[in-house]
Amino acid sequence: MIKIGKYIIYDILRNRFVIAYTFFLLLVTLSMFSLESDPGKSTISILNIALLVVPLVSIVFTTIHFYNSYDFMEMLLAQPVQRKTIYFAEYFSVAIALSVAFLIGVAVPLCIFNFNESSVYLILVGLMLTFIFVALALMASVATRDKARATGVALLFWFYFAIIYDGIVLYVIYSFSDYPLEKATLSMVSLNPIDLARIVILLKLDVSAMMGYTGAFYQDFFGSGGGILYSIFVMTLWAFLPLMIAMRRFCTKDI
Amino acid sequence: MISIKELSKSYGKLSVLKSVTLDFVKGNSYAIIGPNGSGKTTLIKSILGLVIPNSGAIEVKGHSIQNDWSYRRDIGYMPQIGHYPDQMRIGQLFDMVKDLRSDFMNADDDLMREFKLNEVKDKRMHTLSGGTRQKVSAALAFLFHPPILILDEPTAGLDPMAAEALKEKIAVERNNNRTFLITSHVLSDLDELTTEMVYLEEGRVLFHDSIELLKEATGEIKLARAVATIMRDKKNSNQHV
Repeated sequence: MIKIGKYIIYDILRNRFVIAYTFFLLLVTLSMFSLESDPGKSTISILNIALLVVPLVSIVFTTIHFYNSYDFMEMLLAQPVQRKTIYFAEYFSVAIALSVAFLIGVAVPLCIFNFNESSVYLILVGLMLTFIFVALALMASVATRDKARATGVALLFWFYFAIIYDGIVLYVIYSFSDYPLEKATLSMVSLNPIDLARIVILLKLDVSAMMGYTGAFYQDFFGSGGGILYSIFVMTLWAFLPLMIAMRRFCTKDI
Repeated sequence: MISIKELSKSYGKLSVLKSVTLDFVKGNSYAIIGPNGSGKTTLIKSILGLVIPNSGAIEVKGHSIQNDWSYRRDIGYMPQIGHYPDQMRIGQLFDMVKDLRSDFMNADDDLMREFKLNEVKDKRMHTLSGGTRQKVSAALAFLFHPPILILDEPTAGLDPMAAEALKEKIAVERNNNRTFLITSHVLSDLDELTTEMVYLEEGRVLFHDSIELLKEATGEIKLARAVATIMRDKKNSNQHV
């Protein structure tokens, strides 16, 4: 896996799209620090942008890369290599290459200008989101031979988790406001990795007032430490389960 | 060497291979021909394990290929169109494939020398012409002295010199007791390169015989004419029935 992976990573890191992504992140991070005098506030702004951009870029780039390397995978599969090996090489190369972009674009300036615990957590959830959404995009990609359909489904994942989901949660809370909803909202948060990422950072920054109802309850239920552990555990599941589902499909599909 | 029993494959409602039974004997070279969409590529991909058949069995060297991957050690494959990562250099591609088969020592670099690939080994894949890519694919297929070689349209896109060099290489390796499966629409090439012919149409093996016998039966000297004659005869006999 490493033998194949290192060549794929090398190939991706020279890709213009990834270079542009790195510079975009770098630009955003640097401008947030230069516009805002309070580094804590800049961290929150960077968080909000990262929560939208990282999943989107991960999804778009993974689907594009998967289809562009289709013929190359075919060639590799004609070699004495297991399908699993090629699948994991593809997953980890894309995820690691995008993580490198994120580290250069966000982590390095963050460590220079505002190195503290919350920054470390921001970097951690950024990396986790990359691994989660690369896995989700692969799941959409292996399901169909049609590039347009896979890109559409993958984008729908992003649209759902980043935008629609919040609307649904609000709607549920609003319509059932007469009932005790704490446990329900808690489990609903677990269903969205982007929300989990946001909660981890906000708990760390101790600005739960900004998180509204769910966040306040969340902190109350778990306390800061437990909440973070729980979120990170559920986020790991969010990367692991799609990855395994997609692997099973990849191993039995026609190339 | 390769035996295929009752192999069927369908994509949704479209049935591509219908109960194909074939035996490829060691040391022979087979031309696989048939109209577009007759199932040639699907047959090849099934042997390579790229396509999972709906039913039937494939054995390579007496072992079932189901859930196995090590048998591909014995196969060199040249795809119809080779696509490689854009930013990869030719040299890196060869290094990577050699890495994957680290158990193998002296690689066969005849074709690399013949095609002068060493001189362009620092070029990146996206800068290569289609023909050069074909040369890379051909050189890769022969790299590990595989006992079985599967070539999908090997001469398509190659310049006449390179095509000639490749054909010479195939002729040399045929004498080394290797088994060849070659698909092509250029029947004159197959005439030189192969001894047996498998004709597929709509997912069935229409016939499978030695080219020598085929020519005798039809009284033609060229394979192309012989095939045309036998197709006409088949059609006529079908109409009578």
